[in-house]
Amino acid sequence: MVLLFMAPWIIGFLAFIMYPMFASLYYSFTKYNLLQPPQWAGLFNYRYMFAHDSNFWLSVRNTIWIVVFGTPIQILFAIVTAVTLTRVRRGAGAYRTIFFMPTMVPTVAAALGFLFLLDPAGPIDTILRLLHLPQPLWFSSAQWAKPSLVGLGLWGVGDTMIIFLAALLDVPKQLYEAADIEGAGAWRKFRSITLPMISPVIFFSVVMGVIGGFQYFTEAYVVSGGGQSLGEPQGSLLFYSTWLYQQGFQYTNMGYASALAWLLFVVVMICTAILIRTSNRWVFYQGGFR
Amino acid sequence: MTSEAHPRAVSVEIRRRSVPPDVRARRLLLSIANHSVAIAVAIMFIAPFFFILITALMTRSQALTKSFWPRPFSWGNFTQVFNYVPFGTYLRNTVVYAGLSTIGTVASSIPVAYALSRMIWRGRQAAFLLVLSTLMLPSQVTIIPLYVIFVHLHWVGSLKPLIVPTFFGDAFTIFLLRQFFLTIPEELLDAARVDGGGEFQILTRVIIPLAKPAIMAVALFQFLYSWNDFFGVLVFANTHTYTLAVGLMDFVSVTHRSIPWNLVMTGSILFMLPVLILFFLAQRAFIEGVTLTGLKG
Repeated sequence: MVLLFMAPWIIGFLAFIMYPMFASLYYSFTKYNLLQPPQWAGLFNYRYMFAHDSNFWLSVRNTIWIVVFGTPIQILFAIVTAVTLTRVRRGAGAYRTIFFMPTMVPTVAAALGFLFLLDPAGPIDTILRLLHLPQPLWFSSAQWAKPSLVGLGLWGVGDTMIIFLAALLDVPKQLYEAADIEGAGAWRKFRSITLPMISPVIFFSVVMGVIGGFQYFTEAYVVSGGGQSLGEPQGSLLFYSTWLYQQGFQYTNMGYASALAWLLFVVVMICTAILIRTSNRWVFYQGGFR
Repeated sequence: MTSEAHPRAVSVEIRRRSVPPDVRARRLLLSIANHSVAIAVAIMFIAPFFFILITALMTRSQALTKSFWPRPFSWGNFTQVFNYVPFGTYLRNTVVYAGLSTIGTVASSIPVAYALSRMIWRGRQAAFLLVLSTLMLPSQVTIIPLYVIFVHLHWVGSLKPLIVPTFFGDAFTIFLLRQFFLTIPEELLDAARVDGGGEFQILTRVIIPLAKPAIMAVALFQFLYSWNDFFGVLVFANTHTYTLAVGLMDFVSVTHRSIPWNLVMTGSILFMLPVLILFFLAQRAFIEGVTLTGLKG
């Protein structure tokens, strides 16, 4: 009976996860272009990646940039918006709906919207011109393209914000009352009560942000126009997954793309393991469980 | 009810009168400050919607000019967008993919979540951990061999590679449903067992009716996921089977130098509208679902 109930997952696990995982590990040691059967190439793909592929290193740098800057800014903004929501009484529901709504916008629609908003002739730069402020070229310039993507990410901060909001509302009121009696200021209360109490959610968001950041793809694909202009301007939007996609599905270097995929997998695992290992230093679990 | 409400009202009255005017003024100022911040943030979140909407109603020559307000209002954009790209086909593909994958995911994940939460068997915990660990696996690791398989099956170019696997359980859905199934009291299941119900009856007569909100939430998540899915469609589908997510790229990639921005925005609005409507209809289920993901995850 158990087997019958578990059957869909068991079949799916074997066919769509187990087999492909080992197959791609095998492909990563081969040259494979789909037309001929895979040819054993030993460590060639991995050596080529590190020694000769300058686009690989470019994509690594861009990806690290988006993980290192994008994730913390996203989390910080999520906390700020969630705190804003806890401080208004009247109309809190309406504000929450407004803050959350952009999260519902499909990624492609949001990216196309921002591509228009941030066009050098678009609304944002027009407003900046009226205010006599500098008008960056946003997605058209190599320096501004990645920061613009971070901005796009902030628009969709809603789901992270909602999780923080729930955590903030969960903090026992007595703790703040006790701090009031001790004469603690607002910042002190935030640092010594709020922050530790929401640290599990920060931890969760950091892990999800890092995992997601390493696989960053859709937004960059859309704003660079896809196809031949992938990664433009000047390679500033060539992310790791973009390069993997190009190798696999534009140049059909299936072996090389598999090697890229496995390196990504191993790096994501290591980062997650490090985060979990160091989490007991800064994540506070109420009641001490886990 | 009234006898309880009355004394409370009185005490509020007393407390309100006892607040000194300077404290009340400070509270008012604080409230104004808080609302100002909230309104400023709200404007930031709404502004992109505003610009997308007004541009969607402009003529092609007016989009990307300094003039702000559509003159004239070009309502024809909403029909023109169907002729400019095969919008109707893309829309139909999107509905097919989102609809079928939602049915597949929900139908196949419910029994698995039940077996992982309410049936007693050896290795259950290990199986659950295995399900959870697959959530960590980047899709890039499996997509190349899957592509090879589907090339051999002659499925590439259709939506089958995206729809068929959803009928074999989804780890995230299984996880959320399991968490919910665990909250259903054991006594209800025992009562059904006493009445001679097998596991299948318990699942269909007790668990599913009680878990309707959770099932709704995971169905919503899956629907949105496939509605938005870009990478999967880009890899497996072709120009005839593209969904809107990839199809909208036609506007910016085919005609690269002169993008019809008004139509891009019209198309984007038509693409996001069903999702936004769904959100307003099921906002509670939605926000509770997101919260559950974060707090229990």
